Amino acid sequence: MTMALEPKGRSEKSHMTATEMHGVIANLRRRGADAFAKQGWPTTKMEEWRDTNLSAIATGKFAPATSDGGAAAVELAKRYAFGAEAAVELVFINGRFDKALSNLGQLGNAGEVLALNAALEKHPALLEKHLGAYADVNLHPLAALSTSHVTDGAVVVINKGATVAKPIHLLFLSVAEDTTATAPRVLVIAGENSESSVVETYAGVDGKRYHTNAVTEIYAEKHARIDHNKLQQEGNAAYHTALMQVNLSEHATFISHSTSIGSKLTRNDLAVFFGGEYAEATLNGLVLAGGDQHIDNHTLLHHEKANCPSHELYKHVLDGNSTAVFKGKIFVQKDAQKTDSKQTSKSLLLTDTAYMNSQPALEIYADDVKCTHGSTTGPIDENAVFYLVSRGVSLAQARHLMTYAFAADITRRIKVAPVRARIEDFMAAQHGLPQDLRITEEARYDVKLL
Amino acid sequence: MPLLEVKNLHAEVVGGGRKILKGVNLTINKGEIHAIMGKNGSGKSTLCQVLAGREVYEVTEGTATFNGKDLLDLAPEERAREGLFLGFQYPVEIPGVSTSYFLKAAVNEVRKHKGEAELDAMQFLKLVQEKMNLLGMDKSFMNRAVNEGFSGGEKKRNEVFQMAVCDPLLGLLDETDSGLDIDALKTVSNGVNAIHRSSPDKAILLVTHYQRLLDYIVPDFVHVMIDGRIVKTGGKDLALELEAKGYDWVEDEIGAAV
Repeated sequence: MTMALEPKGRSEKSHMTATEMHGVIANLRRRGADAFAKQGWPTTKMEEWRDTNLSAIATGKFAPATSDGGAAAVELAKRYAFGAEAAVELVFINGRFDKALSNLGQLGNAGEVLALNAALEKHPALLEKHLGAYADVNLHPLAALSTSHVTDGAVVVINKGATVAKPIHLLFLSVAEDTTATAPRVLVIAGENSESSVVETYAGVDGKRYHTNAVTEIYAEKHARIDHNKLQQEGNAAYHTALMQVNLSEHATFISHSTSIGSKLTRNDLAVFFGGEYAEATLNGLVLAGGDQHIDNHTLLHHEKANCPSHELYKHVLDGNSTAVFKGKIFVQKDAQKTDSKQTSKSLLLTDTAYMNSQPALEIYADDVKCTHGSTTGPIDENAVFYLVSRGVSLAQARHLMTYAFAADITRRIKVAPVRARIEDFMAAQHGLPQDLRITEEARYDVKLL
Repeated sequence: MPLLEVKNLHAEVVGGGRKILKGVNLTINKGEIHAIMGKNGSGKSTLCQVLAGREVYEVTEGTATFNGKDLLDLAPEERAREGLFLGFQYPVEIPGVSTSYFLKAAVNEVRKHKGEAELDAMQFLKLVQEKMNLLGMDKSFMNRAVNEGFSGGEKKRNEVFQMAVCDPLLGLLDETDSGLDIDALKTVSNGVNAIHRSSPDKAILLVTHYQRLLDYIVPDFVHVMIDGRIVKTGGKDLALELEAKGYDWVEDEIGAAV
């Protein structure tokens, strides 16, 4: 079995930082290491990993990134930062919190957003209770690996009854050498009846084979409302693997938008656990892939309590020789009566060599539930294209319009304007999206349930 | 020079090999209104689509000249830019593509092709407003996705609206009257007539099952299409005769002549 990796090229100056010494972290790392030792790197022989081959990372001897990124980091931060559009913005370079590039903002009584180090200092008991409590390292080997290397990350605490109007932005940038890895860690605790918006952006330089192996845990107390965005725009040679585990208390509402644009290979595991009645979850996903990219989204909606609706819509635009995998699992336990779960996967294939692998998985043990799933995959609708060109629009423009319209179905559900802007900038470059088709605030719609 | 001249046009479904057009001859001059009537499966709709350039069909023989140019040599968008418009029998719903964006892009492509200056947002809005009044459209229409959420009849009216905005030399209206109630029929017909009258050069080809439309849009020529060919041509009274007697007598007539 692979051992936990030794850091490559550490400077003589480094000892264990305060964070690493802290008991909570030490325990967490040990749990992760033990779990990883038992499971090892996933292989394609494992059911959950059949469609995504990690051998490039498994055999790649990736070591923790250590450099501080320099000018390239500042440049990237400028490009991806939200600036004034965020309530708080924490920037991480190669996995380490960078105070100079961050904006710690002023949440006042609404809550706190802290780097892991600072959070451990201030709220050790809170972290001991929640950090690592939700992500199951015994089920997710990569999360186990990440946990065994926990170094830095972000802790978001929203106080009971508070509303944070602007998004809280956690920006993880990789400006590292080849074959280096980071283990970003995020913990969000949303207090009772609070309302917040959290955005995680992962981006990095092109041409470098780095591995981002992230774990995000979100715990929503009763009646809490969380809007979550994950924007993955990693470098074109990068590997991105992540587990996001969400635990919802009764009447909590969770809306997730997961956008995958970058990386050579991505595997996202998104698991939502309904821990109380009348909790709701909406999972939206947008995959924009091309070239030789491989983007794998596995989701799990775990219904254990009654009266919980869950809705999922993942859309994929696949160009070049790209491959996307969508495996959505809906698990409804015996007591989860009146579950209302709908899962839809749609894919647009722009070339003959793009490939979509879509599998629903339903395991239902309750007898009074509504569970539906549907999947469509196909090229651009020729009838629609003919309709457009028959009015004089060029063929290329017609195809761009159709592609954009397909993606816009997801994009217009995203409330955070800077995230929409990043997506639209990308589509403008890739698919010729014209300026006057961008979604304005007025054109947005908030569709919670499909 | 005729506006449209179709000679011995044969077309079949690509791949399937099913022959649909079996030697169509048709001449449309500037300023004329023509109607084609015929049974289901006679090839009326296919003729329109082949002229518009739908690649599901392959032309195997014959020629078609439009405004002096070889029509069959042009891509569908080029045919549109030359001044051809197809009002679809089944207008396509395109969620996510706004009507205003689409039409403005189309109008400006045509203008660009003709060497005219493109319209900006304000100018386009003015053009559109005029045509919306003509066809009694709700002003929210332009912000909606193309044809989304409209009834069949409303979609047909949208086709005529688009034709008014695109202002073609030749409009091919494929069963535009099907699904329309009397009021809608009148509105749509007014629209078509207004387009036709706006210039002496404009021509219209109506494909229809029902004589009723031709009370409102009065044709100069009525053609009967049977089994992939135009077999008889007459004036507007021919439509009344078909309405009264059906198509069989025409078949008998050509059968006897052969």
